[in-house]
Amino acid sequence: MARITLTVDGTVYTDDVEPRTLLVHHLRDALGLTGTNVGCDTSSCGACTVHVDGLSVKSCTMLAVQADGREVLTIQGLAQDGRLHPLQQAFHDAHGLQCGYCTPGMIMASLDLLNHNADPTDDEVRHGLEGNLCRCTGYQNIVKAVRQAAVSIRQGEGATAPASEGVPA
Amino acid sequence: MTVTEDRTSAGRIGDAPPRKEDAHLITGQTSWTDNIQAAGMLTMAFVRSPMAHARISSIDTSEAAATENVVAVFTGADFADECASLPCAWPVTEDMKLPAHPPMAIDTVRHAGDPVAVVVARDRYSAADAAEKVVVDYEPLPAVVDLEDALRDEVLVHDELGTNTSYFFSMPTGADVDETFAKADVVVKRRFIQQRLLPTPLEPRATACLASPAAGDFTLYSSTQVPHILRLMLAAITGIPEQKIRVVAPDVGGGFGSKLQVYGEEVISLLVARRLGRPVKWTETRSESFLTMHHGRGQIQDIEIAATNEGKLLGLKVDLVADMGAYLMLVTPGIPILGAFMYPAIYKMDAYRFNCTGVFTTKTPTDAYRGAGRPEATFAIERIMDELAEELDMDPLELRRMNWIRHEEFPYETVAGLTYDTGNYEAATDRAMELFGYDELRREQEERRTRGDAVQLGIGISTFTEMCGLAPSRVLGNLSFGSGGWEAATVRVLATGKVQVVTGTSPHGQGHETAWSQIAATTLGIPFEDVEVLHGDTAVSPMGLDTYGSRSLAVGGIALQRAALKVVAKAKKLAAHLLEAAEDDIDFQDGTFSVKGSPTAAKTFQEVAMAAFVAHDYPEDMEPDLTGHAVFDPENFSYPHGTHLCAVEVDTETGRPTIRKYVCVDDVGTVVNPQIVEGQVHGGLAQGIAQALYEGAVYDADGNLVTGTLVDYLVPAAPDLPEFITDRTVTPADNELGVKGVGEAGTIASTPAVVNAIVDAVRHLGVQDVEMPCTPERVWRAIQHGRNGGAR
Repeated sequence: MARITLTVDGTVYTDDVEPRTLLVHHLRDALGLTGTNVGCDTSSCGACTVHVDGLSVKSCTMLAVQADGREVLTIQGLAQDGRLHPLQQAFHDAHGLQCGYCTPGMIMASLDLLNHNADPTDDEVRHGLEGNLCRCTGYQNIVKAVRQAAVSIRQGEGATAPASEGVPA
Repeated sequence: MTVTEDRTSAGRIGDAPPRKEDAHLITGQTSWTDNIQAAGMLTMAFVRSPMAHARISSIDTSEAAATENVVAVFTGADFADECASLPCAWPVTEDMKLPAHPPMAIDTVRHAGDPVAVVVARDRYSAADAAEKVVVDYEPLPAVVDLEDALRDEVLVHDELGTNTSYFFSMPTGADVDETFAKADVVVKRRFIQQRLLPTPLEPRATACLASPAAGDFTLYSSTQVPHILRLMLAAITGIPEQKIRVVAPDVGGGFGSKLQVYGEEVISLLVARRLGRPVKWTETRSESFLTMHHGRGQIQDIEIAATNEGKLLGLKVDLVADMGAYLMLVTPGIPILGAFMYPAIYKMDAYRFNCTGVFTTKTPTDAYRGAGRPEATFAIERIMDELAEELDMDPLELRRMNWIRHEEFPYETVAGLTYDTGNYEAATDRAMELFGYDELRREQEERRTRGDAVQLGIGISTFTEMCGLAPSRVLGNLSFGSGGWEAATVRVLATGKVQVVTGTSPHGQGHETAWSQIAATTLGIPFEDVEVLHGDTAVSPMGLDTYGSRSLAVGGIALQRAALKVVAKAKKLAAHLLEAAEDDIDFQDGTFSVKGSPTAAKTFQEVAMAAFVAHDYPEDMEPDLTGHAVFDPENFSYPHGTHLCAVEVDTETGRPTIRKYVCVDDVGTVVNPQIVEGQVHGGLAQGIAQALYEGAVYDADGNLVTGTLVDYLVPAAPDLPEFITDRTVTPADNELGVKGVGEAGTIASTPAVVNAIVDAVRHLGVQDVEMPCTPERVWRAIQHGRNGGAR
């Protein structure tokens, strides 16, 4: 067992974990943060995407021990003061989700995309999200949602949250 | 947190209020089955056959059982006395061969992934570790993978049956087919291959069973589309009385037919929880899912069409070989039969014969996948219409136009025996051609051909219809299906005038909470926000037949409207009493009951609800209750239709096809929520295009699934799909809401549109067909083959 300390969505957690424990299993099983989903076993689907120190990571591809001392932001820490993040609002408004299983990962990957490109084209959104699979929407409304969120963020309707400021909703 | 909306006027039928479902899904406050935790909950891991076909000589569980954190290990034999075979609900012929199918294999495994043992441990890592320690000795048997090999019965999947043929189903209708073909000017024959597909909902299967064996109570959470069917079947399989089993479908992450099933793992969850008296949970990995969740499609289609020289269709012959896989699951043998009625599609003809042979192979069983039989039928007829147009040297759209049912001819009884209630193929096609720029694209295609461009352009057409809204119970009875097709709804009125809708449909992404709220709000004249929709739990919604076959709105939505109208009738009676007026003198509009001619004498719906609750003053001949309950059994299927046009650019040097433009105009009747309908169409298109271009479950000769992970099986990502141009025409269906199904339409329509476009792009190079998925390599090979004049 290894002792690790993670800051997840603004809360500090210290646990003993098996070194082989995947970050996503640590989040889900040990911390009970079940907002982050698992959709595959080959790092293909992106359902488990979270941010670690501000960068998106497929949390099924990282060991919990690798996140020791780092700040993790999950979908559950994205809303601020009871207000949805512009990406959450845009996915809702643009019907960017159906079953919703890919949505946490899709939103977290989109956040990373917008952090690196504040005004992406449709094509840039599609390529920026190619590591995340959705089986329901055909992606069209996801692209629309991300571009709407980009406009909202540029207009200052809620800043993109740095990891350290994430608070549980 | 609350998602707040500023759309006070929205929420009636036809509006597009954003979905009620979203708030918890976009914040991660979800209730997927794998999220469920309970004190002392154990985790299961299955030991699965690595071989396609083998006899089990021995299973040694001792080392696994002795491993730290392992509570128990069970084999198939351990439960043999506690459960019956997994069910098949559709014996399509009287002499259909139905093999035994234990939830875990006992002496023989028949496909890679067949479960042979289950480990129950404290956590998922311990369970997975211990599963590796179960030692199974297999005596290998030969695999039989190819359908035509299987028909030869040289290797039997089930020895005791003496054959691999499960059934032969024949449906000749209309005039004599052979005579019709003998007299025809033109006959075109083709063989199309429907490759196997992996449904791949993003949430893999999962179960969590909470049990009190002492009390005999069992609650099974499952990522299922069919909690009601599952409860009934679990009772039948295990002998546990139906009323002692509660099945809950919590948040369910997609299904597409794959969760319209009664899986062995669901049965084993219940049996393990009963044996151990502790809660148990199981979540499959994606690779495990690919081996064991049922597959879709898997058919060889021989299709022959007869016409006059002028292009008038005369008759159609279809001969299928359908891959059942290793066992018959819930609806396995019926899937191709669902297609039987759809090969004649929107066309008029006098003679039709459908034959289908269902055959066992040593592969994962097949069953419903989005469209289920109808995409296969639509593909074959829409592909061969293009081939016939080529043979006749006609424009493929013109050929369709001269043969389809004209809008003034509805209702129309097809040669397959269905009565299409309404439709307007002309309107949908005209609109699609306008959005597509059909004539300009044809001109560009001609120019590219003349110039001999390396990148050629093709146009694909699909003028589809489908039968959905499953289904009239009597029709299902005539087809020997093991269930009815009705749907139930209850509308409960609370004291404050808020309303709970209890539905028997079981959504997993379709947005029923939103759409059902719109129907109830419209019928009752109350705010959209005042409606709560309850579903997916047999304890909350005891009656229902669940969600599949584009049935929820066309059957369940109408049940809901009927239930709400019963509420209105009761409330009207109570309002009349309170207003001291005759019932006939009461008007009901926008949620207010008023006396005709004196609009100030009125009671709101909420006031009437409170009056029913306090029960201080109500008519002697009624109970103080406004609840409305209805069960709706449709008289006919629902027949959405549409015209899909696809332009594909094919790089003749690399073979790579790229969709340049995709236009679809669907007619799904009256639309309750246009945003949800458009979303359903988008998702359907994505899956249909995926069959055309990307997806295919590949087995090697030994029966190993080569496309066993999401790395090997290409589910399209955002860059792999085009932007869709969608529109609608509205021809209301002949039912109370005017609605048709929409869930499967895009998938059914799009596959032939794409493949027709690819073939059209390179037909002048000698190409007549490209087998799906139309990968660059396959397209390139087809071009080389064509250029060599058909020589390999």
